[in-house]
Amino acid sequence: MSQSFQIECSDRDGIRLLSISGYLDAHTAPAFERAIENELRSGNVRLVVDCTGLTYISSAGLGVFMSYLEEIREKGGDIKLAAVKPKVYQIFDVLGFPQLFDIVDTVEDAEGRFGLQGGARDGRL
Amino acid sequence: MDAFERTFALHVPSSTGNLAMIRDFVASIGAKAGFDDNEVARITLAVDEACANVIEHAYSLDETRQVTIRATLDSQDLSFEIVDNGRGFEPSQVSEDDVAELIRQRKSGGLGMRLIRAVMDDVKYQITPGEKNELRMVKHIKRG
Repeated sequence: MSQSFQIECSDRDGIRLLSISGYLDAHTAPAFERAIENELRSGNVRLVVDCTGLTYISSAGLGVFMSYLEEIREKGGDIKLAAVKPKVYQIFDVLGFPQLFDIVDTVEDAEGRFGLQGGARDGRL
Repeated sequence: MDAFERTFALHVPSSTGNLAMIRDFVASIGAKAGFDDNEVARITLAVDEACANVIEHAYSLDETRQVTIRATLDSQDLSFEIVDNGRGFEPSQVSEDDVAELIRQRKSGGLGMRLIRAVMDDVKYQITPGEKNELRMVKHIKRG
């Protein structure tokens, strides 16, 4: 099951990019939750989650996004989702995520949205 | 489609590590029933959610317990039954708050049943105290 879920993290101009791949279910969601907690602990609140490689999500994965959104926005940041495959997007859509989260086509779009917002500051500075 | 009912069953130890195997099982039956990729993905999600509830809540991650998924395919419907004899839950206690309110409260519980009800056509949950809990969900097969 080593290929079930992976996260790669990188920095791009004060924005933290989390590239996730594989499936996000009740088995793998705790790893994603730990990754988000690590980012918050490090003061990173401008997060882009690149979903290019995400093949499946269930409520356990959706719940991680939901649990941290309020805290991240309170700290002046956001969690933006990019490049969600249609089969995965339809699951986000069932719960109305597109009205609550910033979900965009590409990572570049997501990074640009942080620039446009202007007010969101990187918690590390 | 023949007139006969066909049944399929999968028994796996109660571990979240087996959810991927359960999804593969459901997806192959969904494809056999003629559902398109997006429908198969939604049906798979519903069964995954039901099994995750059993594994995490009814059996409290006890891998010595078994989860059984029984699928029945006929010319009208694809239905799934997940039966356990662990701790039951009361569906009326699942939060009815909308997702925006759950986010404000930093909560995420109760999404599983909500997703199941959203993607399946008919969902019934029956508790026989001290004996078993049974979740039955049906997806109608649309023809033509």
